[in-house]
Amino acid sequence: KAVWALSGSQSEDAIPTLIQVLGFNNPGAAIAAVEGLVKLGDVAVPILIRDLDGYDYGARAWAIRALSRIAHPDALDILTEAAAHDFALSVRRGAAKGLGDLRWEKLPPEAQEGAQKKVLETLKQVAKKDEEWIVRYAAIVGLESLAKQALTEEIKTFLQELEKQEKDLTARSRLRLAFTNQE
Amino acid sequence: MTAYNAETAIAHLNQTEDLSLRYYAAWWLGKFRITDSAAMTALLNALEDEADRSPDGGYPLRRNAARALGKLGNPQAVPSLIENLNCSDYYVREASAQALEEIGDSRAISPLLALLEGGVEAAKPMPGKPHLVQPYEAVIEALGSLGATIAIAQIQPFLDHPVEKVQFAAARALYQLTKEEKYGMRLVEGLKAEKLPLRRSALMDLGATDYLDAGSAIAQTPAENSLKLIALKGLLENHLQHQDQPLSPEAVQLLTLMDSLL
Repeated sequence: KAVWALSGSQSEDAIPTLIQVLGFNNPGAAIAAVEGLVKLGDVAVPILIRDLDGYDYGARAWAIRALSRIAHPDALDILTEAAAHDFALSVRRGAAKGLGDLRWEKLPPEAQEGAQKKVLETLKQVAKKDEEWIVRYAAIVGLESLAKQALTEEIKTFLQELEKQEKDLTARSRLRLAFTNQE
Repeated sequence: MTAYNAETAIAHLNQTEDLSLRYYAAWWLGKFRITDSAAMTALLNALEDEADRSPDGGYPLRRNAARALGKLGNPQAVPSLIENLNCSDYYVREASAQALEEIGDSRAISPLLALLEGGVEAAKPMPGKPHLVQPYEAVIEALGSLGATIAIAQIQPFLDHPVEKVQFAAARALYQLTKEEKYGMRLVEGLKAEKLPLRRSALMDLGATDYLDAGSAIAQTPAENSLKLIALKGLLENHLQHQDQPLSPEAVQLLTLMDSLL
């Protein structure tokens, strides 16, 4: 309850405290803190990046989820690294989804294409190679979002190829939903 | 140093000098689902082990062997697992019931039913132990998964067992066996439990059913997203009957909920 109050306060001073709450191992409180951080938006991004917890993967997963939802491209490097290499699947999962939704218009026009290509390559690798079905699933969702903004045909072809090798029924179902959405 | 592989694990399990090597090997063979016949033979052997005993008389190696045999899913293990439903070690009985559920062989139904004898009245805590006299949750869940409609009348009273997780197991099994909505709703009710472990338990139980109406309640439960995603995956795959099917509106709704939890 106290966290929801803090989360609703919309005060920049609350940012470090909200980030601390992510490490309390209390899903209810963490959900409230993430909502608060997302509402604060771009101002929270540098602090989220600075305070990213290298030890507590639970806290890191919530912080990555907040960064994913704020979707500022300053988080690009953190999110690609997290999606491809974090040892915790909840972190890889949140990052993979977030990569597809970044607000590209926040980048200078000449930087956009390179950044989108980087995201595409990362998500393709994750979708093909991650050993956890839910992370591959999240990469599919990320690719679907990215395709709405850029690289549409390339992503479409890739996802069709992917369906042939994906062994997990739920991930395969998500691919088929992506095809339906594209039509 | 050579890498640990199936051959090493089977050799470790077949030797008798170092008990800890055997214990690990049994776990490893299950974890990596080593299905060849040498692994089967070694595990079946381990399920009759008398050497590895815990201070309170338990059979740790048998527990691991039973779990591994469940993961391998080979019906060849069914008779030995049934025999171990009567093992003096509670945890061997529990692991055997779960393994029989995973293997999915209907020969297990009547031996499992025998463990419910005496009904709720007999289902008391074991004096001095943190568990009941029988592994009721595992037994009831197995009966549900095995489609044991013959067990419905005996499972029903367990909806009122004092232990909530046992109630949930009964609701889950009865939903699987009857498809009656009231049992699904009982589990959805369980998602509102005060204690997180109980909410987790209700999540996993719903994931074993195809009670699709539970989708949004699952998504909203205060619990780890990872668990909610696993529960939704369970609902979806039971709904699709474990094979590719055209996506129904219900399936699309479940996928959309999953997207929101990533």
